[in-house]
Amino acid sequence: MSLQRDWRRARAIAWKDLTAERRSKAGFNAVRSLAITILVLFGFALGPDTNAVRAAAPGVIWLCALFAGVLAFNRSYQSELDGGALEQLVLYPGSRKAIYAGKLLANFVFVALMLAVVIVAGIILFQVVIPGEWPSLLAIILFGTIGLVTLGTFYAAMSSRSRAREVLLPLLLFPMLVPVLLAAMEATKALLGGNMMGDAGVWVRLLIVFDIVFLAATFLAFEAVIEV
Amino acid sequence: MTTSAPPLAGTIVAPRASRWPIFGWFAFLFLIASQITAIVISPPDRDMGDLQKIMYVHVPAAWMTMLAPLTVLVFGLRYLWKRREQDDLLAAAAAEVATTFAGLTLALGMIWARPTWGVWWTWDARLTSMLVLFLILAGYLAVRALIDDPERRAQWSAVVGILGAINVPIVYMSVRWWRTIHQIQSSPSTVDPAYVIGLRLNAFAFLFVMIYFIRRRYEAALMERAAEHASRAAALGGGR
Repeated sequence: MSLQRDWRRARAIAWKDLTAERRSKAGFNAVRSLAITILVLFGFALGPDTNAVRAAAPGVIWLCALFAGVLAFNRSYQSELDGGALEQLVLYPGSRKAIYAGKLLANFVFVALMLAVVIVAGIILFQVVIPGEWPSLLAIILFGTIGLVTLGTFYAAMSSRSRAREVLLPLLLFPMLVPVLLAAMEATKALLGGNMMGDAGVWVRLLIVFDIVFLAATFLAFEAVIEV
Repeated sequence: MTTSAPPLAGTIVAPRASRWPIFGWFAFLFLIASQITAIVISPPDRDMGDLQKIMYVHVPAAWMTMLAPLTVLVFGLRYLWKRREQDDLLAAAAAEVATTFAGLTLALGMIWARPTWGVWWTWDARLTSMLVLFLILAGYLAVRALIDDPERRAQWSAVVGILGAINVPIVYMSVRWWRTIHQIQSSPSTVDPAYVIGLRLNAFAFLFVMIYFIRRRYEAALMERAAEHASRAAALGGGR
């Protein structure tokens, strides 16, 4: 019963965030353009050699998702803080975990859409050959995105309300995401390299463990973050 | 905003003169004695010669770096449970000391790696995870430095410390798999008994030094907080 109500609250928050995003489009367009710009700059750094660029593609695509995601996470709370709305949200009755769940949901949709654009751009620019096991690739993207969004949304709840928020979020987030990035990059690399299914499986399992551990931990810890 | 924490004023008392300086002297003398013992009793290594002696500072420092995040985790959890400011200050002291030891481990490791492996750095699993741990601790200290409100600082840094500590084994596993998939790293797993005594002695010496460091840093933090409380009370016109 109460869980149902919390779920409705979470959905309402996610819907509100996504509607605001859909109507203004400014945030999504800016973040997406930035991600593609980073992709192009990596292309310059890695040189015009097709094979070198193709080999680096999985890492580059995930790093783009990370850099652009950081902007999305801070934005998601910034819009609340500008109108003084976060305090209102916290004062509403019901579990505050619903706020986190709603933000998580909205950020997941935001980052997933952005990642879809980045991946298509990356496949074209870096001349990636799509493997036959592309459904497994979708699983990697799904679990990788969940890991990225979970910690990103959680730490942004702190960093967006502190001084130097532009620095604090990456400083907290990037070292914590080392397992997600390694697993996502290596699994993608293994799949694109073909016939290394065993490796990709290990990494996907690591991603799932990471997602479960940190989803549980952040849900438990969110009240301590939002109440002060 | 609502909070369940009790008012902080009055709970902090500056520590009085204690026996801890004596413990500090003991810790440092024990460290010096352990170093001398270890260096004297161990024969030169077959391959590395006297270079091996750096093990007696490098390895204990690495062990302590593993121990200190556990302290951050325990006192972070205890703070969230009991909301005593002392636990927060202890966790912060442990994190600062852990950062120092992690930096020391990395620096000593590089000094050792250069003549033995021929490089300052290699992307070995243990090196890389130590570096990531160092960065996670740097994030923890940044949170503490950037947030002024004591209660918010305590709650947030407790959460950051707990999540960071949970992540340490996951980071280690992921980096290890990343390495083993690319190339098998040879690991010096067997240590001759002649070196074990020196290593154990120094592990205890480092443990004592670390406890002393954490304690002193904690006392300093207590005094800072006591001074803040006193100045606030004075500003409010309450006198003492």
